[in-house]
Amino acid sequence: MKRLLFVSSYYLIAATVIAGALQAQAVPKIRFEKYTLPNGLEVILHEDHSTPIVAVNTWYHVGSGDEKPGRTGFAHLFEHIMFMGSEHVPVGAFDKQLEAAGGNNNGSTTEDRTEYHELVPSNALALALWLDSDRMGFLLPTMDLPKVDLQRDVVKNERRERVDNVPYGRSDDVILAALYPKGHPYSWPVIGSMADLSAASLDDVRNFFRTYYAPNNATLAIAGDFDPATAKKLVRQYFGDIPRGPAMPPRPKVLPVVLAKDTFLVMEDHVQLPRTFYNWPTVKLFASDDAALDVLAAVLTSGKNSRLYKRLVYDMQVAQNVRASQQSSKLAGYFQIDVTPKPGQSLPAIDKIIHAELTRVMNEPVTARELARVQNSFRASFLNRMTSVENKADILNSYNYLAGTPDYVQQDAARYDRVTRADIQRVARTYLAKPKVVLTVVPEGKRELMLTANGGAQ
Amino acid sequence: MMPRNISTAFALLAIVVAQSAVTAQGTPVDRSHAPVLGPPPKISLPPIITRELPNGLKLMIVEQHELPLVDFALVVGSGGTVDPAGKAGVANLTAAMLTEGAAGRSSLEIADQVAYLGIGLGANSSWDASTITLHTPKSQLDSALALFADVALRPSFPTTDFERIRKTRLTDLIQAKDRPTTIAAQAYAAILYGSSHPYGHTLTGNEASIKSLAIDDLTNFYKTHFFPNNSTLIIVGDVNPAAIEQKTARLFGSWQRGTAPSYELEDAPKAGTTTVYLIDKPGAAQSSFRIGNIGVPRSTPDYFALNVMNTILGGSFTSRLNQNLRETHGYTYGARSSFDMRRAAGPFTASAEIVAAKTDSGLVEFLKELNAIRDTVPVTELLKTKRYLQLGQPAEFETTQQIARALVPVALYNLPLDYYNNYVQNIERVTQADVQRVAREYINPGSLAIVIVGDRKSIEPGLKSVNAGPISIRDFSGQPITQQ
Repeated sequence: MKRLLFVSSYYLIAATVIAGALQAQAVPKIRFEKYTLPNGLEVILHEDHSTPIVAVNTWYHVGSGDEKPGRTGFAHLFEHIMFMGSEHVPVGAFDKQLEAAGGNNNGSTTEDRTEYHELVPSNALALALWLDSDRMGFLLPTMDLPKVDLQRDVVKNERRERVDNVPYGRSDDVILAALYPKGHPYSWPVIGSMADLSAASLDDVRNFFRTYYAPNNATLAIAGDFDPATAKKLVRQYFGDIPRGPAMPPRPKVLPVVLAKDTFLVMEDHVQLPRTFYNWPTVKLFASDDAALDVLAAVLTSGKNSRLYKRLVYDMQVAQNVRASQQSSKLAGYFQIDVTPKPGQSLPAIDKIIHAELTRVMNEPVTARELARVQNSFRASFLNRMTSVENKADILNSYNYLAGTPDYVQQDAARYDRVTRADIQRVARTYLAKPKVVLTVVPEGKRELMLTANGGAQ
Repeated sequence: MMPRNISTAFALLAIVVAQSAVTAQGTPVDRSHAPVLGPPPKISLPPIITRELPNGLKLMIVEQHELPLVDFALVVGSGGTVDPAGKAGVANLTAAMLTEGAAGRSSLEIADQVAYLGIGLGANSSWDASTITLHTPKSQLDSALALFADVALRPSFPTTDFERIRKTRLTDLIQAKDRPTTIAAQAYAAILYGSSHPYGHTLTGNEASIKSLAIDDLTNFYKTHFFPNNSTLIIVGDVNPAAIEQKTARLFGSWQRGTAPSYELEDAPKAGTTTVYLIDKPGAAQSSFRIGNIGVPRSTPDYFALNVMNTILGGSFTSRLNQNLRETHGYTYGARSSFDMRRAAGPFTASAEIVAAKTDSGLVEFLKELNAIRDTVPVTELLKTKRYLQLGQPAEFETTQQIARALVPVALYNLPLDYYNNYVQNIERVTQADVQRVAREYINPGSLAIVIVGDRKSIEPGLKSVNAGPISIRDFSGQPITQQ
């Protein structure tokens, strides 16, 4: 469904190959041209004429991490409001015009950025640029409270559909608040709270737009079947006269998150089976240990041969599922493992096995085969992300903002090539032996199932 | 931009424009109107090369050399529809077991190979087919294809892995009780089709059937249906057609021909009068709606008219259901409708997750739209929808995976090879009268099944006052609850 919310980190990235073990498919470069308009709008162009379509992808460098206290969820609500018409585009026309031209569109919000995209037949590039430029330059003249109220209701229903009415859906509300210190930009979920969504005012919309929605805080990536000279002309004509906005307020500075001790939490939910989430503070995206933590997560739970999956799900069959991930964003990251026991199985017993497996990965290196499996799969996934122009436009924008240059796909892949067995052991020791936040979601009235400090249930 | 006229040939669809979309360099552009667009790009879908091996296995090969990737789909023309009576889920479990052991490779060895090669290998079943898919970088093609052939032709159905999967599936069923959307979908199927029709079950089976199955049920299903002459192998990507045909012949040539039993489905039960089936999910923040009736088979001559009509009703963001329930009223994050077309008539379903407090108002708006679509559709709306479907075609054929997926119905339902090339013209031929006719024929406000999963205590009084039909209280499986 449209205007999706990406609650966590960016992309699962990938890696390489053991020389001589497997002939690797190289990760190709994405060729591009980047320039900046006098008003500060960054433009990235990537030609790919293999299909007669064009992807237009606009990133505004503002996300839920920039929200003020009492207004959680506002960046994402604002994303919805951007579809409610602008001075020259009546409400509803954005979608109707694009559909009549054979296009589709959507948007998404994370902690760090808000993204809008259109995919159109190659003759309709001008239409996408007209629509996108009008809401960048002329959103406020026709904005009013009924429009805000309508999307407020839609977003509240988005929260119900994706969080409140989904088993275990509210776990992030609790985990993020416990993991990050009060006021940390990642200490609340992107979707926000119902109370804060209710509180958002028309003035908030105006202020947010004037602060963040300016060409000098945005990057426009265009990928696909277009003529560069024509595209440049269109971009200049549609975006060139939008005035530069004020300098961006500085993003909140954050210190590395350090937990003093383990925290054990419980939450009741409409669920049949409990589920425990373990969370350790780690490092931000592209930090030096980020890739090794991605590989560690895959070694633990990716595929039937992974450490935790094989032990808990495949061999002992005491867990229904187990997942691990390094959730890294622009300012910070955390490592998460979650496990769901099979009916009648004991969480404390499963906890002991997880602890033993983590100890093992800290004390002895993984096998060469384990590392090769993960690196080969990661490397293949890089190629898979480059199959569509829509993805390529988003990748270019993503690297531009998060790595500082659009030209980063090969460097990104190389990060995973460099991970060694010793690195995996080291990051496991460095991060997973430290204090953590442990949340157990339990069936209603079964708080006694929560995991506690001694590893056991109460 | 609304196109100005209707024409039957795609080449004429384009509106040829003389002036450029923008003014001279440096002059501010006129923002007050949408830019005038040039002619849409010509759609040229890649040619499909067809071959047939001596054992009857059909090949469909499409070259796409943009990236060094290849996608395969082996489509076996038997799926959940032919689950033996009382054994719902056999086809689905058979597919799941294919990657659990084959040709001397164990479940763990197959998983190890998949990860080591960096490929995607999966097996699944729909109502009409069992499908094994492979996605591989070109550099691993030979190893990947050998593994793919082992899984397809030489599965070993190890009992211990079957018992593990059985346990997992039984736990899945327990967890399904947490998800109102899953409950609604399963109850909707059970209510529309009843328990004696296969479509009234779920593809993955139920507790009783999963508990009762033995490994022989799966091997029998495999032996009865997995024949080359009941299958098509779709190959899309960075391949040389002659070379890949040879490789395929080497790997699949020894597969023994056989006769999969033909089948006829019993008629689906006749629809009754409109009834609200209320399933209690205490405390649910939203009410899950599934509304509709039995629709049409894939072979319907009304396919294109239905496609247009459904897109207007609930098949795109600007469709009536989404505009009304989301963009006008804010009752939901999204509303939609679809015709699930199978060999026999699958369901027509309109659906949304509606905030609990607006359950009654949501139902009123659903019914309003299901009635209104039976009136004449304005020509501008018809044109917008046709252009959306026609001009959106190229984006459906960009990647090897998309193309492979698009060929599955061509293989399964014997569509002509130029089906997609003629799609634009076939959509163009749909008239206002056609849309109205199929809406009146296939959407029947007087005999709808309205399944709502939600917090009964708070939503039942409102639903009563809507008076859409009698309210029948059902359990999670869609069965009547006698004691209320």
